Amino acid sequence: MSTVTIDKSGPTRKVKYGSMSRDRTWALRWSYFFLTLFAIFSLVPPLYMLITSLKSSAEISAATNPWWVYHPTLSNYAELLTSNQFLRFFWNSAWVSIIVVTITMLISVPAAFALARMKFWGSATLATGVFLTYLIPDSLLFIPLFKMFAVIGDWTGVQLINRWYVLLFIYPTLTVPFCTWIMIGYFASIPKELDEAAIIDGASWFQTLTRIFIPVALPGLIAATIFAFTVSWAQFLYPLVFTTSTDQLVLPVGIITTLIKGDVFNWGQIMTGALLGAAPPLIIYAFLMDYYIAGLTAGATKG
Amino acid sequence: MVDVAFQSNRTAAAQAGRRRTGLRNALRRKSMAAFLMTLPLILLIAILVLYPAIYSLHLATLNKAMTKFVGLGNFEFLFKRETFWLVVKQSCIFAISAVVFKALIGFIVAHFVHNVPANKQRKWRGMLLVPWVIPPAMSTLAWLWLFDPSYSAFNYTLSFFGIGPIPWTGDAMWARFSVILVNVWYGAPFFMIMYLAALKSVPEQLYEAAAIDGANWWQRIWYVTLPMMRNIIAITTLFSLIVTFANFDIVRILTAGGPLDHTHIFATWAFRVGIEGSDIPLGASVSLFMVPILAVAAIFILRDITKRGNES
Repeated sequence: MSTVTIDKSGPTRKVKYGSMSRDRTWALRWSYFFLTLFAIFSLVPPLYMLITSLKSSAEISAATNPWWVYHPTLSNYAELLTSNQFLRFFWNSAWVSIIVVTITMLISVPAAFALARMKFWGSATLATGVFLTYLIPDSLLFIPLFKMFAVIGDWTGVQLINRWYVLLFIYPTLTVPFCTWIMIGYFASIPKELDEAAIIDGASWFQTLTRIFIPVALPGLIAATIFAFTVSWAQFLYPLVFTTSTDQLVLPVGIITTLIKGDVFNWGQIMTGALLGAAPPLIIYAFLMDYYIAGLTAGATKG
Repeated sequence: MVDVAFQSNRTAAAQAGRRRTGLRNALRRKSMAAFLMTLPLILLIAILVLYPAIYSLHLATLNKAMTKFVGLGNFEFLFKRETFWLVVKQSCIFAISAVVFKALIGFIVAHFVHNVPANKQRKWRGMLLVPWVIPPAMSTLAWLWLFDPSYSAFNYTLSFFGIGPIPWTGDAMWARFSVILVNVWYGAPFFMIMYLAALKSVPEQLYEAAAIDGANWWQRIWYVTLPMMRNIIAITTLFSLIVTFANFDIVRILTAGGPLDHTHIFATWAFRVGIEGSDIPLGASVSLFMVPILAVAAIFILRDITKRGNES
């Protein structure tokens, strides 16, 4: 609301130019007004997480003003951060995401390079195929994948279901097509002269990729990395299907299955957990927003 | 002697040959290198995406214990169930209304952000994109708490305006409204950022020319902005339609399909039937119903992309 300021400096002179600048001033005021409304709409749930996380359970059930904290306490944070379970979920999530990001980059960067630069038999079809793969949602594949991994377990005796590392096989199906697609776009925008010069100087294809393309396309690489991380951090359906034991769960599933016991909702802790689970993507986004947006608009992400 | 001469002769010939076919060799090496570079990608897609997709077709034709081939029996069974038709109806209501509202809000907000002086845009963009950054499973928990029946923050606030307690997730109509609201909240920033990028690419001269011709605000949007943004609008909407249609976490956490299966969409019902009810073939059949919609949307998107590729 404070942003709806009345511009006192300009108008007296600007009015001389006629109605257009007056229109613009009003358009600007209306813009700020509605943007404030939309910003409130966007920020209510995260703020409410924060407010609730600072309340004790007594204050939550006292049904006082839900939008205000009368006796702020950090007890929810202390309890969660010292409980083994929660830390376990957090580390599971962190490990899964970090390894998946690494796998994704190792697979998608060379593939995107080959698809963007080295025209070969079927490369156009494969590029389209990558794009189509990216459109296949997790909610279509979770049942056959579950059955597949169960069958593998029966045949080989290697138990994959209900192990956190099964997610390392599955998450790349979400991240790889999409990061490859982004990277194809970035690589394609690099001037051809650069790699032609490198090839003439005797560089191999691999050297061209590591010495020229990766440094030049670094912004795209960062965007793809951020995306792969956010996608694996936020996944909910696959871990819900593939893991059940408490020590194998990742954060989103862990919070929902352990903090909600039947009909008993310990809201203080749930909100604290949700906020801590939302923190890593939010922190990355706060520092690397421009890369995130660049990736979003370049790759036309899921939404 | 003869042997040596023959050998040296052969190497010489090979050398000459290599020089002559150097180009062809380089090309062969190139396609070999390209093949090796894309091999992990091909394997990943083939084993973990294409195979399961086909496998689910096979699964859908088995009986519950997965011992017998029942042909289209599962589908026959689904068509006779009232819940299935509820799910079809709800999936369509959910996806279409959520996408329409996301697109509208995204368009309006993008316009406002575009109006703001360039140096202040970053701050607004940052705040408005927050819903998109938070993992949906986490933010949906916050919404669930905001909708809580007894301590609901929304009902507390509404009571000041004399609006009675609303059964947000308890009543079928309100539960539908709630899941759509949360989905719109989560997905609108995506549209906002895509439209904002599109708006920035519209040349300023077009607006100036329109203004000189006396076009009003509405005419400028209708005759300048919309035609220039048509491609982005179409592609973003189709994308979002696919993802919204296949949504899982929001509905699962907020209502788990209830009350009385009224908010189930394909993904959540497939999970309920296939994993929780351990009838994997039936679950696979349910999720297969998403394929026609996805395919149609994908065809349109592809057409758009190849068209764009031809233009550039």
